[in-house]
Amino acid sequence: MPLLTIRNLSVTFATAQGPFRAVDKVDVDVNPGEILAIVGESGSGKSVSMLAVMGLLPWTATVTADEMTFDGRDLRALSGPARRRIVGNQLAMIFQEPMSSLNPCFTVGFQIREALKKHTDMDKAARQARCVELFEMVGIPAPERRLKAFPHQLSGGMNQRVMIAMAIACKPRLLIADEPTTALDVTIQAQILDLLTALQQETGMGLILITHDMGVVAETAERVAVQYAGQKVEDQEVQALFDTPHHPYTAALLAALPERATERRLPTIPGVVPGQHDRPAGCLFSPRCRYADDVCRGTEPPVQPDALGRARCHYPLHAPQEAQA
Amino acid sequence: MSAAGPVIEARDLGRDYEVGGGLFRDPGIVRAVAGTSFSVEAGKTLAVVGESGCGKSTLARLVTMIEEPTSGSFAIAGTEVTPDRWAELRTDVQIVFQDPYGSLNLRQKVGQILEEPLKINRPRMTAKERRAKGLEMMRLVNLREEHYDRYPHMFSGGQRQRIAVGRALMLEPKLLVLDEPVSALDLSIQSQILNLLNDLQERLDLAYLFISHDLSVVRHVADDILVMYLGRPVEFGPKDEIFDAPRHPYTKALISATPSADPAQRRERIKLVGELPSPLAAPPGCPFAPRCWKARDRCRDERPAMEGEPHPAACFFPEA
Amino acid sequence: MADASAQTGKQMIGTRPSRLRDFWNSFRENRGAVIGLYVFLAFLLVAVFAPLIAPYSPSAQFRDAILQPPVWQDGGTWQFALGTDAVGRDMLSRLIHGARFSFFVGIVVVVVAVTGGVIIGLIAGFAPSWLDALIMRLMDIILAFPSLLLALVLVAVLGPTLLNAMIAIALVLQPHYVRLTRASVMSERSKDYVTASRVAGAGRLRLMFITVLPNCLAPIIVQAALSFSTAILDAAALGFLGMGAQPPTPEWGTMLADAREFVLRAWWVVTFPGIAILVTVLAINLMGDGLRDALDPKLKRS
Repeated sequence: MPLLTIRNLSVTFATAQGPFRAVDKVDVDVNPGEILAIVGESGSGKSVSMLAVMGLLPWTATVTADEMTFDGRDLRALSGPARRRIVGNQLAMIFQEPMSSLNPCFTVGFQIREALKKHTDMDKAARQARCVELFEMVGIPAPERRLKAFPHQLSGGMNQRVMIAMAIACKPRLLIADEPTTALDVTIQAQILDLLTALQQETGMGLILITHDMGVVAETAERVAVQYAGQKVEDQEVQALFDTPHHPYTAALLAALPERATERRLPTIPGVVPGQHDRPAGCLFSPRCRYADDVCRGTEPPVQPDALGRARCHYPLHAPQEAQA
Repeated sequence: MSAAGPVIEARDLGRDYEVGGGLFRDPGIVRAVAGTSFSVEAGKTLAVVGESGCGKSTLARLVTMIEEPTSGSFAIAGTEVTPDRWAELRTDVQIVFQDPYGSLNLRQKVGQILEEPLKINRPRMTAKERRAKGLEMMRLVNLREEHYDRYPHMFSGGQRQRIAVGRALMLEPKLLVLDEPVSALDLSIQSQILNLLNDLQERLDLAYLFISHDLSVVRHVADDILVMYLGRPVEFGPKDEIFDAPRHPYTKALISATPSADPAQRRERIKLVGELPSPLAAPPGCPFAPRCWKARDRCRDERPAMEGEPHPAACFFPEA
Repeated sequence: MADASAQTGKQMIGTRPSRLRDFWNSFRENRGAVIGLYVFLAFLLVAVFAPLIAPYSPSAQFRDAILQPPVWQDGGTWQFALGTDAVGRDMLSRLIHGARFSFFVGIVVVVVAVTGGVIIGLIAGFAPSWLDALIMRLMDIILAFPSLLLALVLVAVLGPTLLNAMIAIALVLQPHYVRLTRASVMSERSKDYVTASRVAGAGRLRLMFITVLPNCLAPIIVQAALSFSTAILDAAALGFLGMGAQPPTPEWGTMLADAREFVLRAWWVVTFPGIAILVTVLAINLMGDGLRDALDPKLKRS
């Protein structure tokens, strides 16, 4: 049974210039022990869809979904307190900026103990012992001393480790990591990614990795969902995605990677991601797609079957002959 | 190429900052950049690579003459740079920043942004000539001329970065400092800007000082690479040599840590222990020694010099 | 492929609403601010067209109608809708003309304080650290005095006229602008666009006034709107204490002071100037809050 199932999730923000649909009919499935990467550029709605799952969106957002279940429980029907018992406990999240996700007024130890106090019935000594254990798990040297440190006394990498320790403090079933390494240096990024995958294997939790970096995806993910302008355009196993992308957007994105370039000039995707005021009719990628025709510009594309990466496209690439005929 | 000699030649360039220091404490000295030498020819790209705190941004401030070096010297097109010559040499070196949202003045129209360098440095130019030049620049960086009188907030990140490149080129510089010009951009926009920079370099025979932490981008654009660690150069050589046969362990670790966009190639990474030491308490010996898996006593006591063949590296026990 | 990349930059830019429209949209969300704005505009109209609107001259005395109550009370007539004061002057006319003085005080004080404060703040923001420290400590000293007391002292030295009161209030308000400007200058100065201007060779004056200043204006505009009301209040207070506008000037604070002895006998001579001050100040403050919400991106809702 999947750990997290989302069907037809849409998120609309009420802005001063009218409604803005940030997430549009997105499906997500995560199985226990799976690493799913959600890839997309800015404005693709990849963070917003996960914040909607966590119930962390501001009041201007309207969330609708046909199904939103975590571990068999319907997240939509949960009351505030019931949801809070799950969020932070069985469902945890870490963010891009480790420095600003920790409260600068309290020691990191205090902040972890607070999370434990809220979600477990450990006594004081047990909480302290658990903190030390957690810090050792995430590879922070001299845990007793570091627990007394304030966030500004630690480096970005260390703070991200603290955030991870806090997130896994209550042994979550699912961890959502929103661009966990974007603000960090490459050598630290490598350390944090190794840590996340190691923890995931050790505890068997599900891991959703939100990122824009194809390199990070290739190195860590098992399955990849590609989002574009609020829609999921493709969903495949990682190797298959890199070998035979079915959606033209995925293909163009991969071709634009400098390390895949074969000549001095890089292949580009013309234009920009559509914003609030210039969403095209039909396929959202059609204005930038080299394969687009009048059908693409006029009608919304269907979602292709699993074999074609669930590509949201009229003419998926790398389709077997019989499917095309 | 056209001019003889390098566009920029730096010798032993260094910059110290005094930090902290109060009534009862002596100020500490931070060596933001120390002992850095390099040169760039016209039409070539030198990439400066390193992690945060390695001194690449300070280097950019030195080269663009915003700050004065505290040691060493550099020459632009053969002219020795001293603060009293800054004004005349300014037009030869321009800069493009990382963040296209912070690097444009939101209260100025695109046209004003482009014309400002001319207004300051070419006082005899008429408004009409300036406008003609600005419009020509819009064409050069592939922006619509109709957008000349728009404000930057109407433009997307990629278009803003084109404006920033255009502004930097208005004075026809010989050297363009590119401070992480594509790392704030989306992948699909990144390749557009990289292509633009490539075209401009070919057309105008520009020298680029390309500062970046992203090795996959650097591999694509650079001719030579200078790897820096904690304010000091650790390796300097042609791109292919650096990537194929890195001599310094740090370079090797950096290349290994950069994720490759090929799931089949998940390889064992070199795991660096620990993090960048504080620049205030830089180790006395090799700055990389505390994190290096090959470090011996000599590394911790003595500072290695940039030397060796086929290209210089600051290591006592180089890889190759 | 080359053609494709040449087109990429050239495509149309989005149809984002203009800056002004954006501002108005967020301003409009705050209903109090819109009401404040309308009241303020009404106040402005009254001030501008006072001689046309007011039924009588503010100093015309009607000796046969001394302390006549407003129209809805026994003994009131439509001739003097809001009653008359102790020497038989029409309250309504005096209030309408008083709006002129209040508006005048507000404008002059804000203009003087903003100009002085912004220039000093800019200098402090760009100056070497010793000059910066000197300026800021001086401003701290001014701020350390209770503002009305300092204004009183200044007026006592300069002599009690409306003009001197305005100068005194402007001086007292100025340090707020100095600090505000300096703080924004400090944060703007480190931004890339300023560095880009420096690399292009911009001199210090150009950096100060053309590059940085326009980007610091938003908080200053908000503060200016809010101190407009402070200025009106302080001027009324000085007038009340006899150190501002002198009788027979129909300034609201002075009117209050004149009416002090009739508080028990004729409530209208004290209440109406008080209400005028209250409504004006409240309207301006509401408007200022709305301005801040609309101009300060940190408070902006997605």
